[in-house]
Amino acid sequence: MTDRTEERFYEKKISRRQMLKYTGAGAAGVAIGASGLGGVFKVFGMAEEEDNPRSKNKINFYGKHQSGIATECQSYIYFASLHVLVNSQQELMDLFKMWTPIAVRLMNGEQIDGQTSNMLIPSKDTGEVVGLDASNLTLTFGVGPSLFEKESLGLASKKPAELKDLPHFPKDQLDPAYTGGDICIQACADDPQVAFHAVRNLVRAASGKVSLKWTQAGFNSYPMKGKKKETPRNLFAFKDGSVNPNGSRESEMNEVAWVDAGQSKDWMTNGTYMAVRRVQMHLETWDRTALQEQEATFGRHRDTGAPLGKEKEMDEVDLDEKDTNGAYIISENSHVRLAKKTKQKIYRRSFSYSSGVMDSTGTFDAGLLFISFQKDPEQFIAIQNSFGRKDKLNEYITHRGSALFACFPGIQKGGFIGDSLFSII
Amino acid sequence: MKQTLVTAFALTTGILLSGCGAAEESVEKTPVATEEVDLTAETDAYKEFALEQMDEFVINTEKFVTAVKAGDLEEAKKIYPVARMYFERSEPIAESFGDLDPRIDARLADVQEQGQGEEEWSGYHKIEYGLWVENTIEGYEDVADQLLKDAKELRARVETVEVSPDLMITGAVDLLNEVSTSKITGEEEIYSHTDLYDFKANIEGAEKIYEILKDKMAAKDQQLVDELETKFQTINSLLAEYEDENGGYISYEELTKEDTKSLSEAVNQLGEPLSMMGIVTE
Repeated sequence: MTDRTEERFYEKKISRRQMLKYTGAGAAGVAIGASGLGGVFKVFGMAEEEDNPRSKNKINFYGKHQSGIATECQSYIYFASLHVLVNSQQELMDLFKMWTPIAVRLMNGEQIDGQTSNMLIPSKDTGEVVGLDASNLTLTFGVGPSLFEKESLGLASKKPAELKDLPHFPKDQLDPAYTGGDICIQACADDPQVAFHAVRNLVRAASGKVSLKWTQAGFNSYPMKGKKKETPRNLFAFKDGSVNPNGSRESEMNEVAWVDAGQSKDWMTNGTYMAVRRVQMHLETWDRTALQEQEATFGRHRDTGAPLGKEKEMDEVDLDEKDTNGAYIISENSHVRLAKKTKQKIYRRSFSYSSGVMDSTGTFDAGLLFISFQKDPEQFIAIQNSFGRKDKLNEYITHRGSALFACFPGIQKGGFIGDSLFSII
Repeated sequence: MKQTLVTAFALTTGILLSGCGAAEESVEKTPVATEEVDLTAETDAYKEFALEQMDEFVINTEKFVTAVKAGDLEEAKKIYPVARMYFERSEPIAESFGDLDPRIDARLADVQEQGQGEEEWSGYHKIEYGLWVENTIEGYEDVADQLLKDAKELRARVETVEVSPDLMITGAVDLLNEVSTSKITGEEEIYSHTDLYDFKANIEGAEKIYEILKDKMAAKDQQLVDELETKFQTINSLLAEYEDENGGYISYEELTKEDTKSLSEAVNQLGEPLSMMGIVTE
């Protein structure tokens, strides 16, 4: 018995160390420490990192706008809404400064720090993406209205008038567990572990400075036409985002998403407002709904994505067209009609989610993590109000989460995430 | 008694993560620490602390056992959480004895997970069941006698433990992990709901290790020491909110979800900087 006991004692002590060793975190960390830190230099005491042009499947961190907005939509998202725990503007600024080089390294597909040789401390990087490339990771940071209401931060005068909680919409059933937040981090990537790892490491590095309010993972799958991604389908099997502006066209994004100079608070110029809605989709009721009714609900054909009465996905939606009985082909309470008639445009970047079982009903907790970017939240509000009580789709969905964030403009080399918010001018 | 479970978990995980070959290597017996710094004074101080705790543990267990055998339910219930705190404070050492730890501290769930029947169950938690669920301690006399014997044996064996810096550093984080995984969920004291006593004791155990290493650590990284100072203060003042009028703690059942969440977050925020204490060996 004593022998076994001792053996166990040692097993425990060793296994922890061995785990580190065998997961490769230590070794890879050291390798990167030797080779990857060349681009680091110090600006005002802050380690600066550069986009690494040699990284595979890499999106640039620096630019006029933040990544993860106009960027072609990836397959996975890990979205996190955070509480801020710091109590001064200086500490908040330091938080964003601290995050900046980490974000660059993450988007380079690099470990966030070299591992020391001291095996008695954990590695800075949690290590689960060792061996994976950057996977088109993008990181998008934003701030919610509640941040400006914290007196200790002294940001009240910087709050844009349009940055406020989204109004209550008819049929909203918001759960506080999925609502609001002081800061958001949107991590999107073509690998789910890369997206998760990014948020995990940013949150860990900010231990004691932020805490998790809510998070949501999501996914999109794209049928490919040659090398071009086609519109993905949501969990109701309908193509989602057919009329989306083209993110790669600056003119379209200027019209819809990027905040113009003078339009909002100065610090928001070239930024954008992000609406996030966690929309539960009642899969069970949808699945027993006749196809004709499903199509009437959206106002589109399911398989082709074409507007009702049309053949192709990109065919113009004609709201005036009537059938032989004089009834609108795209019915008055269809989702497409109600959205289109507002004449408002938003830039959508949504993901499906499935998160286990609804406690109260035993049904799937699945749906859409709806995300849209717009230069003014009113664009989203107008569309959502138009859906109101009329939208036929309401019967099959329930909005359970909601948040609005002001996403900073892009970061310039030498600057840091959100620096415009803290500038004196 | 989470010890054996933790071991089992770590081993399984090790094997899962590392594929073949790891299992054999994981019983290698020479820890490779980078110990260039002389920490003898610190390890000696910690051993002294552990022995003090063990002395108190035996004394209080004796009081507890006496009350149980005298059939004094109220007295036994009063001593129970207090006696256990001495054990919980020095857990990094106490739990290093894979046979004694479960005999003293196993929960029924632990016993069952080991594939054993209820008859194998002994120690504090078994008597806890009698005290709080059955409301009687009749028939528990033998369990009580065995408990005292085991406590004394533990005390004797702790004398032989060689305390290394590694044991202290890893132990401090382990104490917090204990809090995060079982105390904060109320799974440690499912009948008495005295989890907050264990919680406090685990924190005190970690804090003691920090106190001992503090000076050496300050020489390497004053900022880390400052941060740990603040974080220990935070968790301690948070815990103080749940003290009852007798200097003990309120029942776990009185905690709301918000309470446990803020406690848990404070523990995690302490755990991150605490995990950096290993720099003292550099």
